[in-house]
Amino acid sequence: MARYGMVIDTKKCVGCMDCVVACKTENNVPEGYNRDWISYETIGKFPKIHQEIRSERCNHCDNPPCVYCCPCGASHISDTGGIVLVHEDKCSGCKACIAACPYNARYIHPEGYASKCTFCIHRVEKGELPACVSVCPTYCMHFGDLDDPQSEVSKLLDSRKFHALLPEAGTKPQIYYLV
Amino acid sequence: MKSVSRRKFLQISSATFAAASALGSLKYINKGTKLLAGDDTQKGIRKIPTFCNLCFWKCGAIAYVKDGKLWKIEGNPLDPLSNGRLCPRGTGGVGAYSDPTRLKAPLIRTGARGSESWKVVTWDEALNFIAEKLNKIRATNGPESVAFFAHGIGGNFLKHTFKAYGTPHIFAPSFAQCRGPREVGFELTFGDVIGSPERTDIKNTKCMALIGTHIGENMHNSQVQELSQAVENDASLIVIDPRFSIVAGKAKYYLPVKPGTDMAILLTWANILIKEKLYDKEFVSNFGFGFEQFAAEVSQYTPEWASVETGVDVNLIVKSARELARFKPASFVHPGRHATWYGNDAQRSRAVALVNALLGNWNHKGAFFQPVKMPVPPYPYPPYPEFTGQRADNPGKKYPWAGEEEGLTNGIREATITGNPYPIKCWIVYSTNLMNALPNQQETLKAINNLDLLVTVDVNPSEIAGYSDVVLPESIYLERYDDLHSSPFTTPFLGIRQPVIPSPDDQKPNWWIAKKLAEKLGLGNYFPWNNIEEYLKERVDKAGLSYSELKEKGIILGAKKPVYIEDGLEVKFNTPSGKVEFYSSQLAEKGFDAVPKYEIPEEPPAGYLRLLFGRTPVHTFSMTQSNPLLQEMLEENEVWVNINIAKQYGLKSGDYIKLKNQDGVVSNKVKVKATERIRTDCVFMAHGFGHQSKALFNTYQKGANDSQLVTKYKTDPLMGGTGMNVNFVTIVREA
Repeated sequence: MARYGMVIDTKKCVGCMDCVVACKTENNVPEGYNRDWISYETIGKFPKIHQEIRSERCNHCDNPPCVYCCPCGASHISDTGGIVLVHEDKCSGCKACIAACPYNARYIHPEGYASKCTFCIHRVEKGELPACVSVCPTYCMHFGDLDDPQSEVSKLLDSRKFHALLPEAGTKPQIYYLV
Repeated sequence: MKSVSRRKFLQISSATFAAASALGSLKYINKGTKLLAGDDTQKGIRKIPTFCNLCFWKCGAIAYVKDGKLWKIEGNPLDPLSNGRLCPRGTGGVGAYSDPTRLKAPLIRTGARGSESWKVVTWDEALNFIAEKLNKIRATNGPESVAFFAHGIGGNFLKHTFKAYGTPHIFAPSFAQCRGPREVGFELTFGDVIGSPERTDIKNTKCMALIGTHIGENMHNSQVQELSQAVENDASLIVIDPRFSIVAGKAKYYLPVKPGTDMAILLTWANILIKEKLYDKEFVSNFGFGFEQFAAEVSQYTPEWASVETGVDVNLIVKSARELARFKPASFVHPGRHATWYGNDAQRSRAVALVNALLGNWNHKGAFFQPVKMPVPPYPYPPYPEFTGQRADNPGKKYPWAGEEEGLTNGIREATITGNPYPIKCWIVYSTNLMNALPNQQETLKAINNLDLLVTVDVNPSEIAGYSDVVLPESIYLERYDDLHSSPFTTPFLGIRQPVIPSPDDQKPNWWIAKKLAEKLGLGNYFPWNNIEEYLKERVDKAGLSYSELKEKGIILGAKKPVYIEDGLEVKFNTPSGKVEFYSSQLAEKGFDAVPKYEIPEEPPAGYLRLLFGRTPVHTFSMTQSNPLLQEMLEENEVWVNINIAKQYGLKSGDYIKLKNQDGVVSNKVKVKATERIRTDCVFMAHGFGHQSKALFNTYQKGANDSQLVTKYKTDPLMGGTGMNVNFVTIVREA
């Protein structure tokens, strides 16, 4: 079975937020909410500064605390590439998953259910890339099957240095940042 | 946080209603609401190719309409500018449609200028009012007393109307407030301009130096895409900027230059390249003119001197020059775009051109390509009335290299204030917010007070609209046809803009406004076509292309042509000597420095910091702050203050302050960004925020407006552009 993930090249990213805007229009994300966002990490003193820019979202963890804590069975791991999803109709809006997620990736939709990045499963199932990946003007984002050694994402992880976010949380995040 | 946002949404909804009611016409609101809700009879998804208008890059786009409602906009994969990927503003173009501040109906001013009080009128009333005034002005002062200002392709038809009316005064701030100095500097040197889109071959470069230009924060789409390719190729990037920009974080060499001293680095680089014999000797001996004088002149600029002058480590200056030389001719110094900084900008741009000349990189792969353009014949209009008098924007050709095509905006403003060489009675302003584009708002207001008529055509109630006598609401780009698009680039192409969705209210497309106004002025013969598609089709047919194919695909590509010497391109230099002018006889003849010289910039007074401004990737000028989608990405600007300076003032990031400039002008309150990423002698903010127009109610006074603080400007003696980085500010604690 496929295991979908993302590999994002922080050397190319300029933090322009195109991924954020595209996600909002593609998924009709309501005003005031985001499924993805940009993080900056700046270290050093002027003028010797190192900066890392990251496009962040749900890490679609292999060990997802949001799924394990869900009392309604709404949060689940999908059969499509292990994407972590929410059954909107089953969700009670109790916010347990929001408390459990170390990445602050979830929010309660105005209609009362937990919501977050779906890796654009509706597009992926049609063979398209997630909206954020497909619009990125720096081509810094890559999406694919991490279990397939021939996939672009696997090859990038073989050839480049990378890190994931909060690996110490034990969540086994599936978004990797090339450095 | 989420519930606050929800509340905010409700507030905005009610504010929309209040503002619309204030315009006194519920009729339009009702009509608007109905259309905004969408037409559910059209089920399914429609994809309409068009091109973007969120900035001037004009990327090919595909708009998606789902069940009759505008859904999303993506790049057109056929388009060589976007390669199927828009920038965040282009992706956020749907927000231009739902923008709650949009102008809905023609307005005629009822209160004092700037009071923003209006009555709603019909198009017929508005255009009759304008035509009557224009006829009177033509009879008493002549057509030359009307000035037309435009930004972007949408201005083409109105420009045509005013050329037919007989005025030579057609303006765009893109010359004297933006890239004019760069074009003049390159033309004097190579006999050719950089143009738009820039002819820089970033994707193939091995080494690129950026001076003050922050690609990645300015989202000129093709340039950002190519920057990413350069990073992928491990190209060496050299970034010279007082601020550690986003691209500085990707640079091999970052030179934290003292503001205003860039020329010292350029001339020193030239000296290093010559002294160390690293320049392209063959190119210089074959194509160079006046190299000896140039070499003698720049020999005074040593790295040690430059280090003291610019505050940049001497090794960085030397190493970066050698890095450029190492990769020549696939290395270049980027000419930038917004170049009106210190008032000696054409000469600085010439220094940029001359370092490039030493690298022998003109028309070489990895540096500057030769742009090619799809040839499309113009529409066969009758000839315009001839103007034989003197232009008012540059009397006596005081600025010998002021462009006539885009004119001197600040020159015509001066003429409007003084009445010299003759009175200017009317400004027609299309889609350019002159209050924020020109330096010194008080001068603009003085000029406006001398006008018999000020008309603004725009989609939103910009600041200049607030001072206008008549405001005409234009359909946004997703609701209209526009002129054909064929920009010079690496591949010839033709693009079409076509309506995706109807206008929600009583807005009209620019071509309709231009044609109707021309008819009312008795100039109907200049618009022999009945509707725009007739015009477009005729031009496309004459170009030997298929109009239906263009409509269907959005883009038609032309045949590839050589754009590099590597492809067999032959190079010619259209200068008086026919060569690359290291020494410019043209400049010498007019009494200017034939070789650029370093000038020491004015120091900030004690306790003051230099005000710098620039771009953010999610907004364009002062055009997009009310777009709800882009506003969500960045609602207000921040002022970047070095962390140590911030500490001295007891400030931390997020604190609100005000800035007061050397002339006592105080800004709106603005958030501090206390950061390591800027020098201690300057502050930086994104341009376009801190709106002063109340009708832009969702962005009114959010952040600080740099244009308010730019009261001082230094005019470029070669081309008349306004250097605007010459203002100083102090920090005022917000109580």
